[in-house]
Amino acid sequence: MQDLSLEGIDVATETVIQGTVTRAGQPEGGAYVRLLDSSGEFTAEVVTSATGAFRFFARPGSWTLRALASGDASADAKVDAEQGTVTEASISL
Amino acid sequence: MPRNDVLVDADWVEQHLDDPKVVLVEVDEDTAAYEKNHIRGAVRVDWKQDLQDQIRRDFVDKDKFEALLSGRGIANDDTIVLYGGNNNWFAAYAYWYFRLYGHDQVKLLDGGRKKWELDSRELVEEVPAREKTTYKAKEPDTTIRAFRDEVIESIGKKNLVDVRSPDEFSGKLLAPAHLPQEQSQRAGHVPTAKNIPWSKAANDDGTFRSDDELTELYQGEGVDFSKDTIAYCRIGERSAHTWFVLHELLDQPNVKNYDGSWTEYGSLVGVPIEKDV
Repeated sequence: MQDLSLEGIDVATETVIQGTVTRAGQPEGGAYVRLLDSSGEFTAEVVTSATGAFRFFARPGSWTLRALASGDASADAKVDAEQGTVTEASISL
Repeated sequence: MPRNDVLVDADWVEQHLDDPKVVLVEVDEDTAAYEKNHIRGAVRVDWKQDLQDQIRRDFVDKDKFEALLSGRGIANDDTIVLYGGNNNWFAAYAYWYFRLYGHDQVKLLDGGRKKWELDSRELVEEVPAREKTTYKAKEPDTTIRAFRDEVIESIGKKNLVDVRSPDEFSGKLLAPAHLPQEQSQRAGHVPTAKNIPWSKAANDDGTFRSDDELTELYQGEGVDFSKDTIAYCRIGERSAHTWFVLHELLDQPNVKNYDGSWTEYGSLVGVPIEKDV
């Protein structure tokens, strides 16, 4: 996560979910990652950086991450997030 | 309005890449996205620098809007095709804004930058050179823009559609979750507003759902099409997406976007707020 800086953000008050998207072991830049709440509803979406990195500022609870990339590639990952903690997730397409 | 008058697909855009009367305009939340690459021939409009007054919280005035479009080489009789990231949120905002200043020939690229990228279509770095024009705007059309007093008066009367995510609506989050949550305003929503997230109007690839699906969605969630409607979100960009659906795709006559949205309403002294947490 070297390319997404948390500088200036009070991590103690935030519920950070971050990670990387890979395809065949390689970072997947330009993938779309959705954050879905526990009822499956869209909450946010970001595009991964050149190193496949993404980050959300959520709230404590269970979330689903869904990555979408070219070639109809998609994959899900589930995470439990806590306030003041950076929750890491990796998604393989 | 027929869908084809306001929405074009990626194939249509590829067929018109060299049409001098069709101007592609990219509008993103991440204004650096254009610098990385963009659809060939597209010019950029920066929603913060170009579309907002830099002192007051308001739009740029008519003179500045005319200067902006003239400088980008856009003429009054050009067809503008808007697209961008975030499932076209800011492109939809620009669409609504261009309509407000009276540009008739404006369309959205269905699915925006995301669908284009997922299709692996061509993106270039080259910035086009367009000759300056003398663009003339109309007076702002405030029949499509809501202000705070009208929102307060509409509680329990008009359809109020809050298009933010369920967690923002309930008050659990203060901003969409790709942004830090530190905010000054109160959390919650306008009383009697229905929570119909913008995302329900779109497919996963960012394209709009069919007219039948959209009609069923809003009516199923309790929007009364015989009443006027005001859509809002946090800063008015996601609600511009829903304004586009209701006013342009479903042809509902009296739909306004409240661009002050939650960052204004949630900061007002003395107004009613509902919060579910």
